Amino acid sequence: MSMQQNIPTSTIEEKLFTVKYKPGPTSHLIPDQNDCQVCPTKACNYFCPANVYHWDPMQSLNLVAYENCFECGACRLGCVYQSIEWVYPKDGHGVTFRHG
Amino acid sequence: MADLAEAVDVVIVGAGPAGLAAALVLAKAGKEVVVLERGEFVGAKNVFGGAIYTQPTAELYPEFWKSAPVERFNAEHRFALLTEDSSTTISYKSEKHMHAPHYNSFTVQRSLWDRWCAEQAEAAGAYIVTQTVVRDLLWDGDRVAGVRTEQEEFPAKLTIIADGVNSLLVEKAGLRRSIPKPNEVALGVKEVIRLGEDVINDRFNCENGSGVIYTIAGGPFEDITCMGFIYTNKDSIVLGLGASLYDLQQKLLKPYDMLERFKKHPMIRPLIAGGEMVEYSGHMIPEGGFHSIPTLYCAGAMVAGDAAMLVNNVHWEGTNLAMASGRFAAETALQALENNDFSVYQLALYEKLLRSSYVVQDLETYRNILPTVEHNSDVYLGFYPRQLNSLMETLVGVDSVPKKEKIRQFMQSSFRKRSIPSMMMDMIKIGGPMLR
Repeated sequence: MSMQQNIPTSTIEEKLFTVKYKPGPTSHLIPDQNDCQVCPTKACNYFCPANVYHWDPMQSLNLVAYENCFECGACRLGCVYQSIEWVYPKDGHGVTFRHG
Repeated sequence: MADLAEAVDVVIVGAGPAGLAAALVLAKAGKEVVVLERGEFVGAKNVFGGAIYTQPTAELYPEFWKSAPVERFNAEHRFALLTEDSSTTISYKSEKHMHAPHYNSFTVQRSLWDRWCAEQAEAAGAYIVTQTVVRDLLWDGDRVAGVRTEQEEFPAKLTIIADGVNSLLVEKAGLRRSIPKPNEVALGVKEVIRLGEDVINDRFNCENGSGVIYTIAGGPFEDITCMGFIYTNKDSIVLGLGASLYDLQQKLLKPYDMLERFKKHPMIRPLIAGGEMVEYSGHMIPEGGFHSIPTLYCAGAMVAGDAAMLVNNVHWEGTNLAMASGRFAAETALQALENNDFSVYQLALYEKLLRSSYVVQDLETYRNILPTVEHNSDVYLGFYPRQLNSLMETLVGVDSVPKKEKIRQFMQSSFRKRSIPSMMMDMIKIGGPMLR
């Protein structure tokens, strides 16, 4: 048996499952879909540590799983068009890190 | 216009190391101070590596290790340079750092540590309000006159903006011309992996509550600006990495995939084997340094901690700079309240205090190092770790080739890849700022 089978590997879904959330009623992240449609790389789909953004070519929409957001702000800075409307979730909502 | 007759002395946005340091100093001086924190509890939104540094922390919280929720004191620091399949590690360990009061640093969990700091500020008389998001600033002409939360207005004679690396308030205050660029921040991701206290002691060579810090360069990250780290808690370890947001954005990399690759490296693998991942998290790190610091004050307000981008990206110091800036902001506030003067002329004292301390001086010393490494990440984080490991292979490997021949081959291949003048320049670019 190789060592690799013994190490705690995990998918992003499994990783996010370890995080505590109390999502707000509506998304606190609103990308400008007009920019998303012409964005050649959809870089947010890659660098977001919580895998919040998912480009759906069928609907031509950048889907936002805001419930998983770490509120880190990387997408606000890393969006090439800087066109993600970004606010902190409402009072007492969003992510809670139990260890940090 | 805000009604300043109702105002508290100081409102602080954000209960992190900077905000809570300011709150403690102000409350101890008998001022009316309110800290507004958006998390469910103090520390709920906060993430770091990480370690807090003993000497600067003890300036605010004397002998904190006796009562605060610390995990381990760090007696050893290991620096590991990796290739894809090998590693060379240098370790520094000192008996000196294994005894009070000479501990160099402690690992802590932010959910516990930040709450403890909040309790100290509360005991001194500060009011700490959680689950409260500050949406905007209040203005009296061109002076900041408090803040607006989701629920109400909070007039204050002075406002300390300590809302972290993703500070929307710094921008609302007009203290930064544009939002930080992706190359001014790193994105950190990490996992807390539970191993058990005894396993950690055995695997990491720890005793009597001591711990180890790993700083890791190269390996699976060699083509981008990215460093890895390990910290030991009491019964868990923290494994993570920080990567330039610009590199992630340009190369379309997923930080959590990089973390998985990192785990499989032969140096890392046996350290985490059998562990249970208990929490994954991510946070931005303001690594832009000196050039990224916003305007630090305006009439009625000061900026502290990560919101002011006060992180030493070479030595990985942040909480100590945050605490120091919070303290300087509080000391400036005390002067301002004493003189009843909240103008830029009075608050300029804050910048003066920061500039005359290690906080801004260190950032200035290192102002060009990160750009240098970033532009040459293939050299500093690729070529050099590879050559060092290749040298070690040359020295350690036994293969019936005469040693003289092996060294000659190593030298030849090194200088073929990078000329002697280039290597000298590489050293000067990194070492030079320290000697100037």
